[in-house]
Amino acid sequence: MTIRAKHLLGIENLAPDEITTILDLADQYVDLNRRQVKHSDALAGLTQINMFFENSTRTQASFEIAGKRLGADVMNMAMQASSIKKGETLIDTALTLNAMHPDILVVRHPHSGAVNLLASKVNCAVLNAGDGKHEHPTQALLDALTIRRKKGRLHRLSVAICGDIAHSRVARSNILLLGKMENRVRLVGPPTLMPSEVKELGVEVYDDMREGLKDVDVVMMLRLQRERMDGGFIPSEREYYHRYGLDAEKLSYAKDDAIVMHPGPMNRGVEIDGTIADDINRSVIQEQVEMGVAVRMAAMDLLARNLKTGSEDEQAVYA
Amino acid sequence: MKTLLTNARLIDPEAGTETTGSLLIEDGIITAVGSEADPHGADKQIDCQGKCLAPGIIDIGVKIGEPGERHKESYRTAGLAAAAGGVTTMVTRPDTTPAMDTPEALSFANRRASEVAPVNVLQMAALTKGRDGREMVEMGFMKDAGAVGFTDCDHVIRDPKVFSRALTYARSLNALVMAHPQEPDLSKGAAVTSGKFASLRGLPGVSPMAERMGLERDLALVEMSKARYHADCLSTSAALPALKRAKEAGLDVTAGTSIHHLTLNEFDVDDYRTFFKLKPPLRSEDDRKAMIAAVASGLIDTLSSFHTPQDEESKRLPYEEAASGAVGLETLLPAAMRLYHSGDLTLPQLWRAMSLAPARRLGLAAGRLTAGAPADLVLFDPDAPFVMDRFRLRSKSKNTPYDGARMQGKVLMSFVAGQPVFQKD
Repeated sequence: MTIRAKHLLGIENLAPDEITTILDLADQYVDLNRRQVKHSDALAGLTQINMFFENSTRTQASFEIAGKRLGADVMNMAMQASSIKKGETLIDTALTLNAMHPDILVVRHPHSGAVNLLASKVNCAVLNAGDGKHEHPTQALLDALTIRRKKGRLHRLSVAICGDIAHSRVARSNILLLGKMENRVRLVGPPTLMPSEVKELGVEVYDDMREGLKDVDVVMMLRLQRERMDGGFIPSEREYYHRYGLDAEKLSYAKDDAIVMHPGPMNRGVEIDGTIADDINRSVIQEQVEMGVAVRMAAMDLLARNLKTGSEDEQAVYA
Repeated sequence: MKTLLTNARLIDPEAGTETTGSLLIEDGIITAVGSEADPHGADKQIDCQGKCLAPGIIDIGVKIGEPGERHKESYRTAGLAAAAGGVTTMVTRPDTTPAMDTPEALSFANRRASEVAPVNVLQMAALTKGRDGREMVEMGFMKDAGAVGFTDCDHVIRDPKVFSRALTYARSLNALVMAHPQEPDLSKGAAVTSGKFASLRGLPGVSPMAERMGLERDLALVEMSKARYHADCLSTSAALPALKRAKEAGLDVTAGTSIHHLTLNEFDVDDYRTFFKLKPPLRSEDDRKAMIAAVASGLIDTLSSFHTPQDEESKRLPYEEAASGAVGLETLLPAAMRLYHSGDLTLPQLWRAMSLAPARRLGLAAGRLTAGAPADLVLFDPDAPFVMDRFRLRSKSKNTPYDGARMQGKVLMSFVAGQPVFQKD
């Protein structure tokens, strides 16, 4: 089991067979994670550094647990508090860390493309844990794994992604992944929160939620950032909830067995009704978190395998 | 001193022709062209071997790092780059640090340029003090000191009252005002053009409409003030109808575009390549084609490189944080050859936009291949192929989007006032 990619920077550079490989291996790690002794030596002896230039609790914890369960030496760096404040550039930070010979860098950054830039300057495997409004590939992969396990397949499904699409890297990665796996993707949200000419990405766009949810298999809700609620993009929080908040009535337009997803953290009563989020028959939000650890284990494992096979070439270069 | 250039493919933008013949230079002036060029009595003969001889390029909007950013570009390095690129006149931008907004600074820069730059250097001055859109500069004094135009470059004057007064005052001096048409609030924070590419890359985009809005506002004020106005760099088809209307209404309006916007589109940014970050940002393929057509028809008058040197540090950053602009003095001609080889534009059309039209707009005698014009010339081979290597550029800064590109078109010689200022070895 291998993938060709050296880094995981986005879904854009992954081929459908690579996506399937990651999900297949992740399935195995789901089983491992449900045992009492959750340990593998896949990353034993390797060093994983989590560099988060933007606050994150859930994603960082998920990557940390994933690395530790695979036996890696995991280090967390809160980049906001460190050298960036002293004026060091992203590339210098990357080169400094690179000199410490990490094997896996997990990076989150507030600017789109920053992780790609960093990856071009280091010689270890880089995982994008979210860059600006660009991509968040492991989130899309964990969403895909959740859907595949719940629906039994990851093709010919109708998926509605709802809410603040414009500012969402989760939406971009999901649009790309679901498209590559041949699903129908609908985007639902107010036009002010829709990226321009998004239709060209091969999706259907709805500004009416009921129409958008009609007969879909999967409802994917997105978080609405607080700073977007103050009249700049939408008139108010309560009007947004009225028109785009997921409640039982709007959900009734979807298929009877449609599942409800949310990347978290949720704003109950803004984009999603609390009772829907807690409905164990519809909501798979907790499963998504579980799948997150397994997918990140699979992704890091597969990238590490390329690290080992690539090392001979590297030695030739440095000889 | 008489120099005779023989066996040249003469590119005459004024007549719109290409002919084979000779050209005679006497004391820095073209004295005879074609069959009239008498070989007798010439002190020196140069056989052009059938290569193209055209008026030297007049590049409006060159940024030089003096004063303030000499580590990015100096008059000397820019001058050498210009000579090697067939640019015989650089028209500089006033967006220096501090801005070129006093007659004293302008005179000093002029003296410095004439000492170290092998090509002609003409200065543009800021339109308002510090380019901050509040008080106009001493336009009369600065015009006397040699300013050929007034512009705040990419700083749009937000207050229409300030801008209309500046235009009105400029009118009294018959001075040219150059502006960057853009609605500043709509384009705030934008790094690319909105659309599929921006959405895919998650970068903040600006609608092409912002350029049209900026131009329409400016043109309304020009109609009011009757000033001489030049839009520095139009890049979108949405802006063209307004320009056409203004010209048809008889306003004294011209417009330019950049070679980058004619040869590249937004998708060239690809994997966040910051050398492709420009201002205005690269546009759609449809816009690129529309701009080429507008240059061909003459609706867009001038074509420049908007040479903007940036050091490595200001470009090696995440895309949104990286500086805008590209160097262009040495790449303008080979990039323009792409349009010639693709059949989009003829050589006379290109030289009308790169040489004749800028000369006319600035009231210069250059830009022509006729007797009486200054012998500012470029001899080039439009077909010679090469692979662009940015580290071989003469500019101090190496930020060219054409790095690694296969190009055609090499400058063989450049002449300023009849004197060779560059010769390919």
